[in-house]
Amino acid sequence: MIAETGHFALVLAFAVALLQTVLPQIGAYRQDARLMAVGVPAAQAQFLLVLLSFAALTAAFVTSDFSVYAVAQHSHSAKPLIYKITGVWGNHEGSMLLWILILSVFGAAVATFGRDLPDSLRARVLSVQALIGVAFLAFLLFTSNPFTRLDPAPIDGGGLNPLLQDPALAFHPPFLYMGYVGFSMAFSFAVAALLEGKVDPGWARWVRPWTLAAWMALTLGIAMGSWWAYYELGWGGWWFWDPVENASLMPWLVGTALLHSAIVVEKRDALKSWTILLAIFAFSLSLIGTFLVRSGVLTSVHAFATDPERGLVILGILAFFIGGALTLYAWRAPQLKGGGLFAPVSREGALVLNNLFLAAATVAVFVGTLYPLALDSLTGEKISVGPPFFNMTFVPIVLPLLLLVPLGPLLSWKRSDIYPVLQRLFAAAGLAILTVIAVAAVRGEGPWLAPIGLGLAAWLVFGAFSDIAYRVKAFKVPARESLRRLRHLPRAVWGSTLAHAGVGIMVAGIVGISAWRVESVAAMATGDVLEVGGYELMLANVGAYEGPNFRAEKAEFIAVKNGREIGRLRPEKRVYPVQNMPTTEAAIYTAWVSDLYVVLGDRRGENEWTVRAYVNPLVPWVWIGSVIMVLGGAVSLSDRRYRLGIPFARRKARVAAEGAAS
Amino acid sequence: MTRKQRRASLIGAGLVILAAAVGLVLTALQDNIVFFYSPSDIAERGTEPGERLRLGGLVAEESVVRGEGTDVRFDVTDFAATVTVTYSGTLPDLFREGQGVVTEGVLGADGVFVADTVLAKHDENYMPPEVADALKRTGNWQGEGAEKSHSETYGEGTYP
Repeated sequence: MIAETGHFALVLAFAVALLQTVLPQIGAYRQDARLMAVGVPAAQAQFLLVLLSFAALTAAFVTSDFSVYAVAQHSHSAKPLIYKITGVWGNHEGSMLLWILILSVFGAAVATFGRDLPDSLRARVLSVQALIGVAFLAFLLFTSNPFTRLDPAPIDGGGLNPLLQDPALAFHPPFLYMGYVGFSMAFSFAVAALLEGKVDPGWARWVRPWTLAAWMALTLGIAMGSWWAYYELGWGGWWFWDPVENASLMPWLVGTALLHSAIVVEKRDALKSWTILLAIFAFSLSLIGTFLVRSGVLTSVHAFATDPERGLVILGILAFFIGGALTLYAWRAPQLKGGGLFAPVSREGALVLNNLFLAAATVAVFVGTLYPLALDSLTGEKISVGPPFFNMTFVPIVLPLLLLVPLGPLLSWKRSDIYPVLQRLFAAAGLAILTVIAVAAVRGEGPWLAPIGLGLAAWLVFGAFSDIAYRVKAFKVPARESLRRLRHLPRAVWGSTLAHAGVGIMVAGIVGISAWRVESVAAMATGDVLEVGGYELMLANVGAYEGPNFRAEKAEFIAVKNGREIGRLRPEKRVYPVQNMPTTEAAIYTAWVSDLYVVLGDRRGENEWTVRAYVNPLVPWVWIGSVIMVLGGAVSLSDRRYRLGIPFARRKARVAAEGAAS
Repeated sequence: MTRKQRRASLIGAGLVILAAAVGLVLTALQDNIVFFYSPSDIAERGTEPGERLRLGGLVAEESVVRGEGTDVRFDVTDFAATVTVTYSGTLPDLFREGQGVVTEGVLGADGVFVADTVLAKHDENYMPPEVADALKRTGNWQGEGAEKSHSETYGEGTYP
């Protein structure tokens, strides 16, 4: 009964979404307030129905109802409860349902909090948002119904891929989807603005917080995915330029560009047409990401279903939304009036440059990801494009961007002078150069680029804080005055400073692991010692144990540094009998400035195992930096000027006051 | 500067960055793509000396020999041809005789493939798509679309 309820709710949601697509749109054309008003309750109802449906599927998973096909295929009664719940989105059908749930959450949020939006804009936004919902609900209902029943029901299920039975991964998809789907908001606003034929700073003030929220979720989602890959796959790396990773990186890059260009629309009423285009591309790349990952074009841990029919349907949805939006753009964008002028050296100019570099980086990733697929389908030739390609393209494009980051916030709007800005960055530049010298002196070995890379990281961090130092006139006025100014700085300034500093910390992490990682592989018997990067690892013992749904071999290593025991590492090798699948559980000892990483390999004889150990310097900073970036976003979002809905309320009040005065 | 000049300078900067990006992408594509070969491809077409390539197929039954330390030697076959591979390091969890594998490295003058990467990932039923295609071409494919059912070929369980 529960499954049927869920299915029925989904069908109702589909019907509501259809209504929500059509009626408000007609209303906006006819300026019919009653038709436009339909959008609000429809969006809320759609959300409640999808939520009900999602709850029903969750219930089926939790109670291990194996008469439901999706549960039988992907769950197992012996699985811990947490993984029964996360198993809901650990399969194709459920993950698409989660996608739709998040889509409807965003739609309902606009309906609920967007009371101050102009009526016709809100009606159109809700209509476009519902159209996306219609497409994906139809996809779910007609090609991948999560509530299909099995008769007879199997006694037990097929189990969840053991690699996915992991706490970090449990929450990676929801965050990633919040990011992907969050860009649907920017997309809906962009399409609605094109239909309206009007983009103004008020529009940007609405789009920015939604884009920022989506960007934060996506950043966190990507960081979680990379962290998972680092500790779960046992390869000791944090980013593999895998097409699936690239699929999430592309919307992130464009979303970052969008975040910055929307500032120009808001503050200076310029770059409108470009911002609209970025909003379309950010969501288009999210859709392409969904397509790549879900269609089975790529074989990976993410490809739950390799069903060509589904791939074709998603491709159709993709073509419709991207093609439709771009056609609309080509038709309507020329009518958008350009706003404020600016000189090349200005805050606007710097933000344009930021956008150009980010767009170029996206192109490089796009080519590297899709070229092999295109070549395969056109000529049948199989190639692979690996990390060297991305190191040669992505890195040189991003480096100048990173060098320029500290300059941007210090430039003034409209027209600026470069010399005073450089003066304000004098201290940061000095500290960066000191960092280069200090690093080269302490760690001379390794590539010569490594100290420069850390210098760049220092430049980013100190450069970010130079903005604050300048604003509070540090050392120029009495300390008390500086402190007073510090307290009154807008949160948005703290937000951008933190986010840019986070980038610097992440860069340091990337440089550290790329330049100084040490790897050591050996066949070891108990009592043997393996030396790796200044650590000594003694294999103390290897034992076996039974987990809830796996069998494991567990080794114990004693890690010694400078003759002192610093800890014990216990890597495992597990076998999940349901899937007959082995997995590796790496053991990681983190000293915050470096990780000691040990993997238990295959058994080589009676009492001998292959053991691989790495010392990964600075690698935790990659994730610490990402979290700081997200924090920066959160601080920005909490700035009262961006609080959802407030700008419009204020503007309306001002317009009313002006009206009364005249 | 006039409005026109400003716009021109912006567009100019954009074009320069774009051109640089395209140039980088093209050179990188020339130097950094790795072609996939099946054992028969190597037998038929040969390879450039020192060319980095991917070799994929099935790990031949009873061919895995462990040597000194972490050295290992095995044969990769598509039933029409076989290439011997040497590798030093830990093999992936799912490396097994009779299973699909993709290795990356350089073919030596003696015809032995020296691999620095061995991929066999994600799922016991996982067949790298290149390997599946190569097997289909030589008529040794037993997966989807072949006469045997999945359960006969792979035992009961989910098929991705």
